[in-house]
Amino acid sequence: MADRCAVIGVGQTHYTTKRRDVSIAGLVREAAQRALDDAGLTFKDIDAVVIGKAPDLFEGVMMPESYLADALGAAGKPMMRVHTAGSVGGSTALVGAGLIQGGVHDRVLVVAFEKQSESNATWALSTHLPFSSSLVVGAGGYFAPHIREYMRRTGAPEHVGTLVAVKDRLNALKNPYAHLRIPGIDRKMVESTPMLWEPIRYLETCPSSDGACAMVLSSERAVTGTPAWLHGTAMRSEPIFRAGRDTVNPQAGKDCAADVYRQAGVTDPRRQIDVAEVYVPFSWYEPMWLENLGFAAEGEGWKLTESGATALDGDTPWNASGGVLSSNPIGASGLIRFAEAALQVRGMAGEHQVDGARLALGHAYGGGAQFFAMWIVGRDKP
Amino acid sequence: MRQVAIVAFAQTEHTGHDTGVGEVELILPVITEVKERTGLKRFGFTCSGSCDYLAGAPFSFVSALDALGAWPPISESHVEMDGAWALYEAWVRLQHGDVDTALVYGFGKSTLGDLRAIMTLQLDPYYLAPLGLDQLSFAALQASAAGADRAELDEIVRRSRADGRRNPHALDLPDEIPDGFAVEPLKASDVAPITDGAAAVVLAAGDRARELCANPAYIAGIAHRIEPHYLGMRDLARSASTADAARAAGVGKGPVEVAELHAQFAHEEVILRQAMELPGDTVINPSGGPLAANPVMATGLIRIGEAARHIHDGTARRTVGHASSGPCLQHNLVTVLEA
Repeated sequence: MADRCAVIGVGQTHYTTKRRDVSIAGLVREAAQRALDDAGLTFKDIDAVVIGKAPDLFEGVMMPESYLADALGAAGKPMMRVHTAGSVGGSTALVGAGLIQGGVHDRVLVVAFEKQSESNATWALSTHLPFSSSLVVGAGGYFAPHIREYMRRTGAPEHVGTLVAVKDRLNALKNPYAHLRIPGIDRKMVESTPMLWEPIRYLETCPSSDGACAMVLSSERAVTGTPAWLHGTAMRSEPIFRAGRDTVNPQAGKDCAADVYRQAGVTDPRRQIDVAEVYVPFSWYEPMWLENLGFAAEGEGWKLTESGATALDGDTPWNASGGVLSSNPIGASGLIRFAEAALQVRGMAGEHQVDGARLALGHAYGGGAQFFAMWIVGRDKP
Repeated sequence: MRQVAIVAFAQTEHTGHDTGVGEVELILPVITEVKERTGLKRFGFTCSGSCDYLAGAPFSFVSALDALGAWPPISESHVEMDGAWALYEAWVRLQHGDVDTALVYGFGKSTLGDLRAIMTLQLDPYYLAPLGLDQLSFAALQASAAGADRAELDEIVRRSRADGRRNPHALDLPDEIPDGFAVEPLKASDVAPITDGAAAVVLAAGDRARELCANPAYIAGIAHRIEPHYLGMRDLARSASTADAARAAGVGKGPVEVAELHAQFAHEEVILRQAMELPGDTVINPSGGPLAANPVMATGLIRIGEAARHIHDGTARRTVGHASSGPCLQHNLVTVLEA
């Protein structure tokens, strides 16, 4: 079976609307350097580089790995560029881990970024292929009907989304890298913001961020510092246009979770997983993914959110970092989830550390809720 | 490493014009062909390579899943690179030991946009892209640096086009070499044609390889390396990354009967042969190579597929497939295939 793999370094930039002080290369190098510093290594110690980002139209640079090879110390080494829509950050971590699990390399640098200020993501998401219809709605417009269908099915009360928006922003106040740090955030403030895509209000949606995240992944024999061990990795995809697929509770998400739980020996995720970093770009995706990932029975996810169980001091904290709702450099958002999961089990999450976290889930999704990437990391060797 | 082989390869009949089919329609026949050839309906892993900028829209790979019939959901990933790197990722995935088969595909329609201008957008957006140097000008800089001999280039073009005319998948391009330069010292004939196309490969590990194919093309070595982006940082007359990748893949450990090289400009073939230290008797690009058909994002994968084809049909025992990416051969992948 696959070789053991561990996260030995994590680096993040501060997430913000516009990083005017750095180029794209400067941005990714900042995250990479911090990950190397965390691992006590230099670029020389890296065997291969894997980079991920969301569509190239977001910055207007086609296949930018070519240009970023120099900044990431990749010259003379293998370099890969991953793109799996919104799940790409997660997939990037998995492709990097795969190189170690396959016994090809000992140390791999994985980096993901988005510099949204260089272009306009909603515009980039609204162009379309010839001969196919365009909704011209961006991501929020695409997902809002799925959320309404979730509310219809479950009878969830309207304020549940607001609770997630507040909870994740309260967590963000404890995360120095978070983009949206809103003092005094509360339900009233969220409810006072404009309705963007019914039922998603302005403060129930993710920001547009510049930022990069990096990790150093290591084989067992090359571990330095404090490792977070991989206990399971999985990806699943399903076709966007398949008639009859359930976009509210996608089969690919369920299958991906089942695969990663099986590898990690998880049978009761709510009890066994100490903290989860889950891709929630719109508030309502917390209750939806609670069900999809088996933390709650179907139709019951919103009750878990409403009970406060997913808060930092709840029994199953979700997005202790503030999540995608607080920082969203799109291509990096998945990698940040995976990295935050690693930070938690390494005991290095700072103010938003979940006490005694031993097993953590990192999750990312993308496309029309059709691409999924997940990993489970643990303090102990598997 | 675990033994992994190419057990099936299919490609479209590439065209120099837009035939009106979309990406999904382009891919479906080649996916169907490799499924039929192997009898496999499901794969342990699937990976593809494509480029949004060719389609002019984000997520050009998303609808490709509809061509796969990815239901129940599949374990799948995508590289924004030539399909050759998707093959590399799939090869790595098969090393994990828990899955035995992988489907790999690459596709692109260069006819829909201005490829030279699109490739310019790959350059450093702050310092290089604004200079407006297009792909052709960059290649011409490299051709000058390499001091390519005009007679040698013309011979490469004539050989490639003649081979291409015999290859039903490649374009029919004339023998005549035009007067004048496209960008000196390159003539229009030295430049790979604008092409639409797709290709698919099936990989199988261990015993599965022989079950699925009478003559599996075993991947004896596969490696890739990238170089600095900035041309001033490189010796353009040489391809250090190809040389490194060829050494890592073990090209020199035995004879090379056939080498399929991802040379999009005639002079690149000269540089690549030298970097890989290919023996004089190696047959180069018997398919016609990229100078006879260049469906960008599939061209590299097709080189590997063509190299495998000679082992599948028993006409060779050791071949090399090569793929390239980035301006002036910045990034190179080399694989050695053995019977």
